[in-house]
Amino acid sequence: MKVDVRYFASIREALGPREAVDLPEGATLGALRDLLIARSPAHAAALARGRALRCALDQTVADESAVIGAGAEVAFFPPVTGG
Amino acid sequence: MAPRVSIQTGDFDLSVEVAALRAGDAGVGAVAAFVGTVRDRNDGQGVSAMELEHYPGMTERAIEAMIDTAQVRFDIRAVRVIHRVGRLQPQDQIVMVAVTSAHRGAAFQACEFLMDYLKTQAPFWKKESTPEGAHWVDARSADDEALRRWGVDSANAAP
Repeated sequence: MKVDVRYFASIREALGPREAVDLPEGATLGALRDLLIARSPAHAAALARGRALRCALDQTVADESAVIGAGAEVAFFPPVTGG
Repeated sequence: MAPRVSIQTGDFDLSVEVAALRAGDAGVGAVAAFVGTVRDRNDGQGVSAMELEHYPGMTERAIEAMIDTAQVRFDIRAVRVIHRVGRLQPQDQIVMVAVTSAHRGAAFQACEFLMDYLKTQAPFWKKESTPEGAHWVDARSADDEALRRWGVDSANAAP
């Protein structure tokens, strides 16, 4: 299934604003992160384990155990700093 | 009816927003408003400009949900939140939260609650320009602490 992945702030600067990813049905956010980390050295650095990173599934903050549905919008970004 | 949440590049006028928020509601006895502005220093460094990025769609949803939570939690009447994005200079206004209620306590509390929520849960990111170059601002654990005072778990700045 195709999933739309979006990046923001420092992650966007490293990887661009978005990319489409083909994922097996039932994949979790954590599995997607692993798949992306394997894509390129830039991905490995930007999405590295141990780096403060938040993810959202369909525009709601979610943890890495969340299962991604078909046509979902996923986003990775650093801790927020608004206000 | 005016929207509760606006994300915009342009400036805003607090008195216009407050007048609109309480117009036609004779039950309002209190208005509390907070305005955040750009400082010319942060963490000991001079700041010459700031770039604010957000996640369109998610930002509005997140703030709408915060307002719904505040409406349940406090005895308030109306809420307006404006957050600017794009390039801002020192002294520019960044954010406004305004709340109306019958009595002052609820308006004060809800205004602070919403700001504490917004700082740690709304998808905005600040990039500061300094003499040493531009850098993304780090999240602060003190902001998580502020939200936890309300009994809301927050770990935005956690590793």
